[in-house]
Amino acid sequence: MPDIKDMNKFDAIIVGAGPAGTSCAHTVAKAGLKVALVDRGTFPGAKNVMGGVLYRHAVENAIPDFWKEAPLERHIIEQQYWLLSDDSNISIGHRSEKFAQEPYNRFTVLRAKFDSWFAGQADSAGAYIISKTVVDDVITENGRVVGIKTDRPDGNLYANVIVLCDGVNSLLAQKLGMRGEFDNRHLALAVKEIISMPREKIEDRFNLDGDEGATIDIYGEVAQGMEGTGFIYTNKDSLSVGIGVILADLVKTRVRPYDLLEQMKNHPVIKRMISGGEPREYMAHMIPEGGYKAMPKIYGDGVLVAGDAAMMVNGFHREGSNLAMTSGRLAGKTIIEATEKGDYSKNALSRYKDLLEDSFVLKDLKKYKNLPAHISNYSEFFSTYPEILNKAADEFLTIDGVSKKEKQRKIRKILTEKKSLWNIIKDTYKSWRAFG
Amino acid sequence: MKIEDRLFLVKFNPDKESHLVIKDRKTCRHCEFKPCQYFCPAQVYEWDEEQKLITVAYEGCFECGACRTGCPYLNIDWRYPKGGYGVAFRYG
Repeated sequence: MPDIKDMNKFDAIIVGAGPAGTSCAHTVAKAGLKVALVDRGTFPGAKNVMGGVLYRHAVENAIPDFWKEAPLERHIIEQQYWLLSDDSNISIGHRSEKFAQEPYNRFTVLRAKFDSWFAGQADSAGAYIISKTVVDDVITENGRVVGIKTDRPDGNLYANVIVLCDGVNSLLAQKLGMRGEFDNRHLALAVKEIISMPREKIEDRFNLDGDEGATIDIYGEVAQGMEGTGFIYTNKDSLSVGIGVILADLVKTRVRPYDLLEQMKNHPVIKRMISGGEPREYMAHMIPEGGYKAMPKIYGDGVLVAGDAAMMVNGFHREGSNLAMTSGRLAGKTIIEATEKGDYSKNALSRYKDLLEDSFVLKDLKKYKNLPAHISNYSEFFSTYPEILNKAADEFLTIDGVSKKEKQRKIRKILTEKKSLWNIIKDTYKSWRAFG
Repeated sequence: MKIEDRLFLVKFNPDKESHLVIKDRKTCRHCEFKPCQYFCPAQVYEWDEEQKLITVAYEGCFECGACRTGCPYLNIDWRYPKGGYGVAFRYG
């Protein structure tokens, strides 16, 4: 680690060594600029948590062929979606042999391992990695951001551009007035366990070969009527099993998140998938799910904001790491261009917004801009619908001598008992519109 | 699985001082449901009926930030533990 006191001014300082921050540092360092990546963990990755799926497309922009050397868990060849009732399940899935071939499509990762490796790549490209360091504040001069105040002695560092990649809680963006207080409806609190399991058992149970992996996203009963989803992801010799629920719902219902996870693990359908496993680690993390309308300001004089700190999460598609990495890379590109012109003003850095507008990041966030509010008004998608669909399927598939015509009548009754046909049509139409 | 057993699985390097501070003790007494006791994923907060205050077991905090905005009175002064302290995930 370089001596902090010997360091003069940087071209850029990046706060936070997650996917956004490290992508940014890597991009800027590769261009030959002087960049510091400051992180508060004992090593980059020690504080970082996600579900966790990583997307090839976003990583290979930084490091081509990374899958040959990066510490990845499994490449995903099958994705399932489960709609659970209390004792049954409707599943929809997709498996493709294409995803079993290089360059693959997406991967499960354990962030403590992957982020540490990724920061090593930024280090090799020439970035100064400064660990075990909290950034307490941002230093401004005449309304321009010029540096950071760290918790080290004589710990002030200066740069032309400061990039805030300090995650969902971004205290720094708040201190700069770039965001207000987050709404508890815009935050999901997720808890997760790493459950170890022999790899042969995982491969048998999920029908996988070698390093192939599967993901299951779970809707319905597990969230106990709240707005939330569960998941089971396969790692090499463990499963990531977790559930995320909107924080406002947890505050209101006073359900303990780890009780929710325990009950999910004991659901008869889920229990079979995880039996024989041993919990190895437990963790919690918040996910910013407010979408486009809840985004903070993302550029200012001498400052950019990327990743979770900028609320760049596509909640519907369960995407986050790719938005973070892409925004970090585009922030880096903006810094390189600004350095060529010697202009770090708000106006010059607005280029970052233009680059994001041209990328999938803001295109996707804009497309779904009405979805977070829509889902908040329709918590039935997480409770009533999975329940009645399971009941209807139970009826349809139970062979009990009842005529098919009578079955049809019964199924119609199940579907319209809790929701009138008109309301179902209305829900469907409004949802269609919310998807943009 | 009990929360104590869950936290036992996690590596913490706690600082001597708490990074979480209740701003005003009186506010907690008037808080009807004290939801921090429930939604905190590490059960950092517990109401001590005898002393009439919320106790803060900051040593087992995940630094997730839920209490910062989840407290109905925004009565928790929330910051990160000093550099190198706090939770250190082995898997993440």
